[in-house]
Amino acid sequence: MRERKFLSGNHAVAYAVKYIQPEVIAAYPITPQSSIVEKISQFVANREVDADFIRVESEHAALSACYGAACAGCRVFTATSSQGLAYMAEMLPYVSGSRFPMVMPVVNRSMAAPWTIWGDQQDAISQRDTGWIQLFVENAQEAFDTCLQAYRLAEDPAVLTPVMVNLDGFVLSHTEELVDLPAPEEVQAFLPPYQAKYAVDFTNPTTFCFGATPEVFAEYKYHQQAAMEAARQKITDLAVEFEQLFGRNHGGLIKEYSCEDADYILVTLGSFTGTARTAAQKLRAMGKKVGVLKVRSFRPFPAHEVARVLANTKAFGVLDRNYSYGNEGALFTEIKASLYDCAVRPPGLNFIGGLGGRDIRLDEFEAMFTKLEQAAGEPGTVKAVNFIGLR
Amino acid sequence: MYQIRWHGRGGQGAVTAARIFGLAASVYGDSFAQSFPSFGAERRGAPVLSFTKVDSVPILDRRQIYEPNMVVILDKSLIKLTNVTEGLKPGGKIVVNASEMPAEFKTKAITDNFELILVNATRIALEILHKPIVNTAMVGAACRASGLVTLESLAKAITELFPGSQEEINQLTARRAYEEAQIYRQGGDLH
Repeated sequence: MRERKFLSGNHAVAYAVKYIQPEVIAAYPITPQSSIVEKISQFVANREVDADFIRVESEHAALSACYGAACAGCRVFTATSSQGLAYMAEMLPYVSGSRFPMVMPVVNRSMAAPWTIWGDQQDAISQRDTGWIQLFVENAQEAFDTCLQAYRLAEDPAVLTPVMVNLDGFVLSHTEELVDLPAPEEVQAFLPPYQAKYAVDFTNPTTFCFGATPEVFAEYKYHQQAAMEAARQKITDLAVEFEQLFGRNHGGLIKEYSCEDADYILVTLGSFTGTARTAAQKLRAMGKKVGVLKVRSFRPFPAHEVARVLANTKAFGVLDRNYSYGNEGALFTEIKASLYDCAVRPPGLNFIGGLGGRDIRLDEFEAMFTKLEQAAGEPGTVKAVNFIGLR
Repeated sequence: MYQIRWHGRGGQGAVTAARIFGLAASVYGDSFAQSFPSFGAERRGAPVLSFTKVDSVPILDRRQIYEPNMVVILDKSLIKLTNVTEGLKPGGKIVVNASEMPAEFKTKAITDNFELILVNATRIALEILHKPIVNTAMVGAACRASGLVTLESLAKAITELFPGSQEEINQLTARRAYEEAQIYRQGGDLH
């Protein structure tokens, strides 16, 4: 039976785990992630989730324990945030290089110093090149739905690549809202139990994580990239299949909002998408042709799709909740590169906002669109990188 | 969109109050809702904020609340400590837990056209729950004041969040506060 609950983003993830039924869960608490694994440990204690819950001494150990269990052919789960993700950094490429189909929600939080528990996306963006698929969600329902999709994606034989499901700390993790939960049998049809193709087996011995010589190493990396390319189509297909079954589509690689005829488009990643749409709605009512483009998949990066949507704008903006020091916002760099092959490239502006949990006001979103008009009208008069609400 | 800001002290249940209201309005009502605490670390006894948004359409806007339609004050000692009416929209509502309307609000009611709602939630909680946890009483008063949530929806939300022996007494507390909440009129007479 389907049911409707009032859940925080973190509890939506925990409820998804009830449907996913991992066999091994290993996690270490860190704000703002903790309430995910707190709730799951309750489900394990109640036997609503039939998993071994391993309490470990660190995030490095959490991902290592998951790695070991994945070697044994188990479906595994862990979650983390910020410094915890950084502490896992050594293990991240071990998991992706070993092609274990793990799913890990990352509740996005800023990196110290200065120390803070509030949110931005510096943690996940800093792990961009570790070989994990990186999806970003905008609300609790999408967090729930994307966890289900992520296991299907990761476990696809053509993909076999781990997935980070990113949800913004506090704004999503600690905000309760309506979440529609599917019937268990509906999910069983969408996400059947995991059957590992390769697992530790004493009757049929296999080697995991061996040392590779220069003669073979590059081929492994080539195959990882090929798997990312396969994931590209799979993410799009899964969004369509999910909609047919459950009636919701949060986008595949991207999600457009009133972009068709838009002169000015703001590109977002994560929970600011909804507020950006609110601003766009208001401006549309005033006759301004504006739109919002949500990037849902940061890796694999939807360069082709982004170019298609942005190529005909008069100007585009990119909102980054991160900074690649010495350059600009990381998403901005990627979006600009996507447009390189276009015959005519619109001007683009970078907006840096929401760092360390700072809110972005509606008038600040409206001002971003005004700046885009200015950039189109008088090219070169607006600086490329703009910190929002800087004091 | 209707926005509510809850003022309490750590341990009084302000975060749960925001949740009960959102749950009652959405799952057990016909609205969409969001509830959230003030983001960050909280301490028992320290001033705490929490928030509820209610709308008839899905809520896209994920900003924090700056201009509430209603503020609910669980602990009247906060009135002198913090600016509890900050950003409150003209014509907005103040629901306060007190035995009589604090003088500060009487002036504001005239200058800013605020509507004042008085409920002695501490007395009600002590009588029924035998402890000064006023959140369910204040949600009862807030439901009455806002007109957004029925007593029936509220009772169902309490059933979901307060299982076992706490269910019935908290429903009773909320109902009593719903019924006792009074609109304060200038001149001192209560209706």
